[in-house]
Formats: sequence, C-alpha cells, structure tokens
Amino acid sequence: MSQQNSDVLPHAAAGSVGLIEPQVHHFDTPLELECGRTLPTYDLVYETYGTLNSDASNAVLICHALSGHHHAAGYHRPDDKRPGWWDTCIGPGKVIDTDRFFVVSLNNLGGCHGSTGPASINPETGQPWGPDFPMMTVKDWVNSQARLADVLGIQRWAAVIGGSMGGMQALQWSIDYPERLSHAVVIAAAPKLSAQNIAFNEVARQSILTDPNFHGGRYYLHDTYPRQGLILARMVGHITYLSDDAMRMKFGRDLRAGRFHFGFDVEFQVESYLRHQGEVFSRNFDANTYLLMTKALDYFDPAREFDHSLEQALAKPSCNFLVMSFTSDWRFAPERSREIVNGLVHAGRNVSYAEIDTPKGHDAFLLDIPEYTKLFGAYMHRVANEVENSANETENRTEHGEAGNHA
Amino acid sequence: MRDDLQLISDWIPRNATLLDLGCGDGTLLAHLKAHKQTAGYGLEINQDNLAACFEKGVNVLEQDLDGGLGNFQDHRFDYVVMTQALQAVLRPDQILNEMVRVGREAIITFPNFGHWKVRAYLGLKGRMPVSSALPYEWYNTPNIHLCTVQDFETHCRKHGIRILERQVINRNHRTSMLSKWWPNLFGEIAIYRVTV
Repeated sequence: MSQQNSDVLPHAAAGSVGLIEPQVHHFDTPLELECGRTLPTYDLVYETYGTLNSDASNAVLICHALSGHHHAAGYHRPDDKRPGWWDTCIGPGKVIDTDRFFVVSLNNLGGCHGSTGPASINPETGQPWGPDFPMMTVKDWVNSQARLADVLGIQRWAAVIGGSMGGMQALQWSIDYPERLSHAVVIAAAPKLSAQNIAFNEVARQSILTDPNFHGGRYYLHDTYPRQGLILARMVGHITYLSDDAMRMKFGRDLRAGRFHFGFDVEFQVESYLRHQGEVFSRNFDANTYLLMTKALDYFDPAREFDHSLEQALAKPSCNFLVMSFTSDWRFAPERSREIVNGLVHAGRNVSYAEIDTPKGHDAFLLDIPEYTKLFGAYMHRVANEVENSANETENRTEHGEAGNHA
Repeated sequence: MRDDLQLISDWIPRNATLLDLGCGDGTLLAHLKAHKQTAGYGLEINQDNLAACFEKGVNVLEQDLDGGLGNFQDHRFDYVVMTQALQAVLRPDQILNEMVRVGREAIITFPNFGHWKVRAYLGLKGRMPVSSALPYEWYNTPNIHLCTVQDFETHCRKHGIRILERQVINRNHRTSMLSKWWPNLFGEIAIYRVTV
C-alpha cells in the first residue's frame, strides 16, 4: 500500500485539485484608478478550482498577499516540485472545499505573474511600462476583481478570502461592494499599516531603488535587474514574516560548519536561510512589482475616506465577517485584527474572531496548523451549508410552484 | 437546552441585542436568534466551542473575560448574559461592573454555595463539596470565586447594583416552595437580572 501511495504523483493525490491551466482575460474597458490615472486595457491571469453551480452562488474569491499570485492550488505540470501557495487550504475535502465551492484566484494588476504590470508592454510606447506603470491601490485591485467576477458571471461571492494583504482586499470588498459578497474572511491583516510596517517597507524599497542595476526602474532595457536589491528587500521582509520563537526553533544559533570562521561569509544557519530565500525570490519576482505592492500596502487605510473612523467605514458592509490572527505574528499582530473586530462590533456587523495560538509568526496563515484548520474549516463549512441550503430552497420553491400550477 | 438557559431566554424580549460572556457552544445565542430575532455576540476562549459557534452561524469573539470588556461601549447591548462563569473569573466584582456598564441589564447565573447540601458536605464530611452543580475536586476546579445567594445580594446592595428579578432553582431546574422562601438554603442555581 505504502509503495502504491508513494508512486502516486502529488497532483493525482486525494486532496489536490490536480493539474491546473491558468487562464487570461483581456479587458478593453479602461479602468480608472485611485491615483487619477487610467489603465486603458489590461490582462488578468487567474485560475479556477471546482465547479460553479447553476445559480453561480458557490463562488469564492482568493486574494493574494504581497508576493503571491494566481497559482494558489494544484500543479501546473506533473513534475512541479511544489503546489500552489495555498494548497494546504484549497482542494477537495480541504478547508476551502473544491467539491463544494468554485474557487477563483487571480494575479493582481501590477503583478509579475501574467496580469498586466510594470514588466508588460505599454501599448503607447511599445516598451515595458517600468516605472511609468500607474500606482495601484487595494481599491483598484478590488475594482478589477469585480470586473473579473462580471466576466465569470458571478454576481455575488459566497466568500472573499485573503491573508495579510489579501485580507485587506477582502475588507475593501465588503466596503466597496457590500451587495456582492456574503462573507469576508480577513486573516492576519490590519486596518492600515503602522509606522513600523511602513518603515520596513521603506527599507525594502530603498534596497531596490539604490541598486545600481535598477536604472530608474528601466532595467528591462538594460538587460539586467536589481538582483541584490530584491534579495535584500526579501531578506528584511522575511524577518517580519517569522517570529523570534520560530527562528529560534528553526535555526537557533546553529553554525553551518560547526565553528566560527571570524569572517563575513555565511556562518550561522539563519544567514544561509535568509540569503537563500532572497535569492530564490529575486529570480521569480519583478522589482517594480515589489515597489508597487509595498506602496499599495502603505496606502491602504479604508477609514481615511470616512473621517478616519473605521466604524463609519464599516457601516456599509452587510456581509458576515470572520477575522483571524496568530499570537506570534508581529507584522500584523492580533491587536491589529482586534482593531478590525472592534470597528465591526461598533458598527453592529456580524463578525466572529479567533486568535490562533502558534509560534509560527505571520506566515502561519499559509500553514496547516490544526487549530487554524479546524476553526477556518468550521466557518467555511457553514458558508457551504448556507449556499447549499439556499440552493435547495430555490429548488423546492420551484417544485411547489409547479405543483400549484398543476392543481 | 439547559433549563437555566430556557429561563433566561424567557426573560429576553424580541429584537434585543445581547452579549453572552462565556457563550459555550452558542446554544443560547442560536436559540434566541432563531426564536426572538436577537442580535449580538458571544465571548469564548475554548477552541471547540468557537468552532461549534462558527458552524451554528453564531457571532463569537475569542476574548478572555479576565481582560475586561473595554472594547465595548457603554450600554452597547440591551442584555449582557453570563451563565455559570461568575465563579470562574479572576475578579467577579469587576466583571459585574463591566456587565452593567456595557448592558442596560445583566443576567447572571451561578451555583449557590449556600445550598444546604453544600453546607452539609463541608460541615459533616469536612471536605470541599463535590456535587452535580460543582463536579470538580478542590485542586482542579475552575470555580475559584464561589459565592452564596446572600453574598451576591450583599455585594449588589453595597455597590449600587439593583436586582430586578431573581430565580433560584434546584438540581432538576425547578423552583420549589422551599427555595422561594429560603433561596440561600434551598437554591442550587441562582439566576439574577440586575441593572444599575
């Protein structure tokens, strides 16, 4: 049996959505942006898992975090080493159960994984957009996601779900399109960035902006890219994704060679890990996208339009909220999630909140932590039940209607 | 549903807003939502209970009562309910004050330590009482601030908390003549509706 199991390719294993083909939709209707500029045309790349039901009521939108993209679950090729970034949560029988939900996951505008972004060709110049690509905000992303929903025939999401920056998009959805979602799931997020959060983002940006290979963001034309800057940006970012405890448990003060070398080469395991993370990231991520996404984070502050009152900003949403945080997350600590919860309670909204006890830090939202999986799963179970019950009711009503006609 | 919860739900009018401290698996909130169209939240720290509330579609917030209710405005709710948890919090006096600040009225239930069986257990056996209402041993009990009907009423009098209604029930959740006349001796569970 175990022999057989190990022969099963990961994409064919139970719990996997299997092999996935990303799709691209081209939009010709100009998108007006918060910065005052307009994106005349654009592409959005997305993936879907599961089947949309007949009344399109079982759709769930996944919003990605800073370095995320559309590939949230399953595999692109049979020999892919890793599945999508949220494969722990999305699949048949998993928390976001693709046997019950139709899951949509896209790459945000300004991204570097297939949706229009700084590395795309600006139709006006025939050159890559580079630094001329308009600045994006969470609001702009939500607007573009609403257009994707239109294309897919989804009038109302059963749930909009996201962690970190993705949670901010879910929150923005509830404010900007209150009639278009039933549940917002906001995980490890904050109602706005703190000065410390912005400070870390600024260090990351400066490391990119001051890389000699950055060329004012036009590195595409110089056949190079700010590799060192990206590595540094990711290293500093990564520190904020882990907790002190997580680092202690993972690396402690372990030395790679078991003794001091009295030099500046990699000696401690944690140094090696961070450099590796930075290097892998720099090969797969566009520097201009990183700049743009960190700015979008900095700008996020839905209360700003409402006299800086989160309560007022949250007066409009009619959906139900699930807010979750992780005890050791210091990037967006539980207190930040509780700000969202308090805003929702003051506004009289339906909200549930759970604080998951884990040493894993901010990255915990991506991991399979039993307590997290149980609570998140219980909530999504309820969402799926609501969808299926209301579909049954509609069916019953139709049947009764017909019976009445016969009589 | 537990009889004390049934009693409480009889006290709560339609469309009331409520906060249930230590709401357990959300039974009371779900019942009131379905039958009285109430709105509100439960506070809970047990993960299994949180999951049960999520499944039921009851609003529940993970929040430790010992941290107070500072995140809720004055008179935010019509009722703040706390069933069988007063004796388990660090400072029952402070949580009581918080309950009557956040709610227009508060509903509290607790096991009466003045019941004759409890007295007899301690008096005759000389050991910490164990009963169906108090099923723990002295070393593992979460009930760290047990009180009697008289203790509670004295406390309320001293601190300007007005008792609007009182019910004492026995093990079978019934009110008897005896418990009406001598609640501190014959009531096993005390249920109060109070305000300031």
